[in-house]
Amino acid sequence: MERVCGICSNIHTLTLCQAMEGLTGQTPPPRAQYIRVIMAELERLHSHVLWAGIASKLMGFKTMFMTCFEIREKIMDVLAAISGNRVNYSMNRIGGVNRDIDDPAAILAMIEQLEGEMMKTVIPIFTTSSTARSRCAGIGVLTEEKAISCGVVGPTARASGLGQDLRRAAPYAAYAELDFEVPVEKAGDVRARLFVRALEIIESCKILRQALTKLPPGEINSGEEKFKFVTGTATSRVEAPRGEVMYSVSWKEGSRNPNRVHVRTPTFANMPAVRWMVMGARLADTPLIQASIDPCYSCTDR
Amino acid sequence: MKLWNKLMCYSRRHSPWLFHMNSGSCNGCDIELVASLTPRYDAEQLGVRLEGSPRHADILCITGPVTHNAVKAIQTVYGQVCGPKAVVAIGSCPATTNVFIDSRTLDGPLNKHIPVDVFVPGCPPRPDAIIQGVAKAAEILAERGMNPPKTELSIAAVSAEEVQP
Ligand code: SF4
Repeated sequence: MERVCGICSNIHTLTLCQAMEGLTGQTPPPRAQYIRVIMAELERLHSHVLWAGIASKLMGFKTMFMTCFEIREKIMDVLAAISGNRVNYSMNRIGGVNRDIDDPAAILAMIEQLEGEMMKTVIPIFTTSSTARSRCAGIGVLTEEKAISCGVVGPTARASGLGQDLRRAAPYAAYAELDFEVPVEKAGDVRARLFVRALEIIESCKILRQALTKLPPGEINSGEEKFKFVTGTATSRVEAPRGEVMYSVSWKEGSRNPNRVHVRTPTFANMPAVRWMVMGARLADTPLIQASIDPCYSCTDR
Repeated sequence: MKLWNKLMCYSRRHSPWLFHMNSGSCNGCDIELVASLTPRYDAEQLGVRLEGSPRHADILCITGPVTHNAVKAIQTVYGQVCGPKAVVAIGSCPATTNVFIDSRTLDGPLNKHIPVDVFVPGCPPRPDAIIQGVAKAAEILAERGMNPPKTELSIAAVSAEEVQP
């Protein structure tokens, strides 16, 4: 299931495992819950920085693109240090995670350094630079009513004034024990989406710092290899970098494979809203408007 | 004439322009290809450039397990790349269709449809491996440019030992 999307590969396994845990009656141990949060937030960081790079390239800001990718490489280093791979981490399993974080202090130091760099370059440029402002302010506006009627999710919804975030509304893994804010902007234009993502980068660093210091001791998985599934359907919803991912798994007792696995990805929900955003926009702005929802075609194709 | 040929060979080897095509991949390989062009790995020092049009490119980089819908597009794009040309298959997907094997929406692997010169295995391959694969393709390209009719299809693959991290 990691191969649904190469950018948010961890979220897909996390959601599937949570749905399957509902069917098998397993609860992951607390340490596993924290490691799941850490992986999810690192993934959010790398995805948002990647998006920032691509958005700045579309703005014609090539230097920023290179800077963003350089920072992203450092996030990839952290991910590779934890999981051993740069893209498909295979961290989650039913009832826990596969690999432990042996040295949280070292990871914490890497995060601090990263945060410093992002505060120095990416965030000020996106929030205050006049180039970014003149290119993004007031284009691709999605009003709150339209956002509700299109059913948009994730940062796109939060930039239109809808304060929805599953980490807050329906906490999964260890999010209930962590303290963070959900940034919401009212304007609904591309600049608001830029702001929301920049603020989310800061919040993610905050969550990571808390999770790494609080990391409880104990097991990381239940050690079971064979699971007993009950008949039924379980759904699981998770806040991916781009919005809400939902998995619905139906199983018949005794069968080896699920009857049905349904995947709903955030881009699928966000794409129709582009129609309202591009209305009346200049043709040259449309690539940027489309990129502002952070589209991911492999997710949409599944 | 000989000098001219030598010059062409040299420049082909040192400025391979890429056209990247996604034939239904999971994005993993695509971001690694982009990552290989960025400051950390810096494929641009080899003269590599990502081009927006296949007509400007010498090397076709294909990712993904080749879906039914992509077959026609791949053949068209392959036809549009000016000769001499080389094809690099990035990732395990185009080589073997990887985890998507037996899917009814696929028509892979890639070498069923067009001749592939270099396979870069991995799911996804590291950017270093991608650069190595592109460098190999550039060599093949230069050779093919020197003696176009005679060259046989030479298939090379990047092995794990060759990649210097
Ligand atoms: S080889 Fe792996 S990473 Fe690359 S496209 Fe295929 S599944 Fe994705």
